[in-house]
Amino acid sequence: MSDTTDTGPVLAADGTPLKRSLRRALRAQKMRALALIAPLLIFVLVAFIAPIADMLFRSVENQIVGNTIPMTVEELRDWDGADVPDEQVFRAMFFDLFLAAEAKEHTKLGSRLNYEQSGMSSLFRTTGRRVDNMGKVFQNAFKEISPQFDDAQFWFDMMSGGAGAEGNARLISNQIGRLERLEATTFSGDVGFVPGAAISDILPNTARAYAAFAAFTHFVNEDVVSEKKPWEAVHAALAVDLEEPATAAALAAYDGPGADALRQAAAAELPPIDMKAAFVDANKDWSRIEYWQVIKTYSPPYTTGYFLNAVDMEKTTQGVALRSDDERIYGLLFKRTMFMSLMITFSCIVLGYPVAWILANLPARKANLLMILVLLPFWTSLLVRTSAWKVMLQQQGVINDVLVWLGLVADESRLVMINNQFGTIVAMTHILLPFMILPMYSVMQTIPPAYLRAAKSLGATNWTAFWRVYFPQSVPGIGAGSILVFILAIGYYITPEIVGGTTGTFISNRIAYHISTSLNWGLAAALGSILLAVVLILYWAYDKIVGIDNVKLGG
Amino acid sequence: MKLTKTLLATTALTVAAGVSATAQEMANSMTVVSWGGAYQNSQLKAYVEPYLAANPGVSVTWDESSAEAVAKMRAMNEAGNVTWDLVDAVASDAMRLCDEGLAMEIDHDEVLAAAPDGTPASEDFGQLIVSDCFIPQIVYSTTFGYRPDMLPAGTEPPDSVCDVFDLETYPGKRALQKRPIDNMEWALYCDGVDKDDIYDVLSTDEGVSRALAKLSTIKDQVVWWSAGAETPQLLADGEVFMGSTFNGRLFSAIAEQNQPIEMMWDMQSFDLDGWVVPTGLPADRLARVMDFLMFATDTQRLADQAAYISYGPARASSAPLVGKHAELGIEMAPHMPTDPANATNPHIYDYEWWADNRDDLDAKFQAWLAQ
Repeated sequence: MSDTTDTGPVLAADGTPLKRSLRRALRAQKMRALALIAPLLIFVLVAFIAPIADMLFRSVENQIVGNTIPMTVEELRDWDGADVPDEQVFRAMFFDLFLAAEAKEHTKLGSRLNYEQSGMSSLFRTTGRRVDNMGKVFQNAFKEISPQFDDAQFWFDMMSGGAGAEGNARLISNQIGRLERLEATTFSGDVGFVPGAAISDILPNTARAYAAFAAFTHFVNEDVVSEKKPWEAVHAALAVDLEEPATAAALAAYDGPGADALRQAAAAELPPIDMKAAFVDANKDWSRIEYWQVIKTYSPPYTTGYFLNAVDMEKTTQGVALRSDDERIYGLLFKRTMFMSLMITFSCIVLGYPVAWILANLPARKANLLMILVLLPFWTSLLVRTSAWKVMLQQQGVINDVLVWLGLVADESRLVMINNQFGTIVAMTHILLPFMILPMYSVMQTIPPAYLRAAKSLGATNWTAFWRVYFPQSVPGIGAGSILVFILAIGYYITPEIVGGTTGTFISNRIAYHISTSLNWGLAAALGSILLAVVLILYWAYDKIVGIDNVKLGG
Repeated sequence: MKLTKTLLATTALTVAAGVSATAQEMANSMTVVSWGGAYQNSQLKAYVEPYLAANPGVSVTWDESSAEAVAKMRAMNEAGNVTWDLVDAVASDAMRLCDEGLAMEIDHDEVLAAAPDGTPASEDFGQLIVSDCFIPQIVYSTTFGYRPDMLPAGTEPPDSVCDVFDLETYPGKRALQKRPIDNMEWALYCDGVDKDDIYDVLSTDEGVSRALAKLSTIKDQVVWWSAGAETPQLLADGEVFMGSTFNGRLFSAIAEQNQPIEMMWDMQSFDLDGWVVPTGLPADRLARVMDFLMFATDTQRLADQAAYISYGPARASSAPLVGKHAELGIEMAPHMPTDPANATNPHIYDYEWWADNRDDLDAKFQAWLAQ
């Protein structure tokens, strides 16, 4: 009796408290379960969730502008957008573009901005080819003042301030960072050059340009900085520094390497610096305000521009506006995609329902034989099926030939059944039909035939028995099939591409075009996100109206 | 006895190691990108098969993606994984790839063989080296083919590019390439723009709208193609009455396959096609590509190619060697786009203009297509 009144914890056989032992056993079980689903979980995360997250990120990401022309973006911040920017902005653009052109990254920025304003791509391309020439005048001028300016080692000594001089490490690391963002990589190691602190105070632009040159020479070209003559941009930067009246005064007191040559250059007559004129000369579009407005509008690192673009709108300096008529295509394509997907789903229901009914009501042996016929298309390549439709539907194709032979259609007026919406709907209905029949069949199989007999024995006509008794029980199959077919249809693009011509294509064809041809991945991501949202909304609406519990893929 | 055996075995091992080391310097496989169809076949016959015969153990994988070369190379570069070794591209694409740093700059005299008489490659190719990254192979043209049997009774065969836009006299579908190049020029020309002013007009927004408006007049009768083999197929099926494509494709449909198709050379658009090498290839793959290029672009090989397809070889020294078709035995010269009888009204296509403006016009053209 005394045993039962023991108030201590219940112990397991090995003496540990039962609670803990139980928890341990459960934890092991949970871990085992987790380990079992881990491969699938990891696969889904890597192959599905991560790309979707990346896509959502890409649809708003816009760092390329700030990374390619950082100084211009900085200068444009205070620009009011009323008039063509001043010389200061053009100079920043010159130095930005020079480095970008050396790294061959300027065309990417051109392509990016071209998505918003066509003409930008050629603007950056043509100007990129001319930036060398813009700086050449200064290079020649300095060479004339003193041949030392044509010497690589002289420049290296001058800009590093000589052996033992105090260095400006921040400047060089800033320029390395700028180059890393431009090239989208990381560099490690030492450039072998640190700008002198004193000289970079006196000649800030030159020190910055030379530091950028040094970083590029070391990391990208993998050359020794002191052996390479600096770029035209460095000479231009020196001209900009010497233009400042205070520079000559500061140089008078400077005694680092190259001080004499610099003083000589400061006293000499230099060519005037007019980058604005040089840019407009390279491409007259630089004087168009709307181009500059686009650069300013798209300079922040994140943008809603892609999403606006995806709904036929655009960002302007006055806010968001509808695009002009001839550029509005996405609304039309979304509507067309919805309409055609619904048509395909509807034709699949109409064609699939009787087939599923026959399958479900035949004896098993015959049903299996028919089932193979339904599944046969599954085992045939998608491209083969689509190309077969091409042969069937074209104007000199099988169907038209038969119609002409029967005399139903005149030879001159053969039916146009391909390269339009009709072609897409026919081919896709055929391809997606099994996805409708299979869920319908598995649901219909579970409907006991006794119900129909009972209805009839109670006096219902064939139609009433079907409509009031059989059909409602088969609705979950229709629902499941419709969701499958609709969602598959909305994202199809191979078949519409082949048989759809220009009027029978889907929004997914545009997405594919932007992914693989125009490389406007941001816009493709935005369109994809909208499509995803539409599907989710429709799914939600279906749940509200029909109820998702009503969907059955099988018994 | 034992000693000799050991020695022999060691030598054999060393030799084997040496052989495998040289083999490692050059990759044994190459992915070559081309256009598919008759053109790729001419490359295969003229220099890929001979090269493989001379280098057993090397294999070539073809990728028929030249039409999307720029986009795909941009994407590969973005993804950091270049799977192509050698890419066949048109001149304007080569210029774009060069500008973007996606194609390698080539020292033509160093990489390519000199002509048999010793003329360096850069002189032998001459003006056709339009970009530092471009190794020209052929001169081709984009022109029209039509089906004479589909002409309405009593109508003269079409002899002008503007007949493409004349739906009344020449009813029926037309096949045009799914890109703005050539189509825009033809549209402006047939809208009354002087041949010399076409690119000036096309540089303005109004000019682009004007060209698209002209194309809109036939838009619902156009089947858009993107692979060079499509138009010959559409013509052979009678799906279209006339269509543009590369002259060599039409030649092979007419001369080799005896299809009832005729050529129309008016406003044929001259262009160049050649090789570019992607940047950033590993050393062993690059060595293989360079070895192949040296072989495949020499004087005799380029002349051989003209025996399979009616494109003009890009080397001046190859021209005298062009003879008869390899299988049919017909003279190739009258089928070349440069033949005086064919080049009565050629259109000099400005690849530099297109290299600069392709992105802009593509965007507009694609938007127009989708509407």
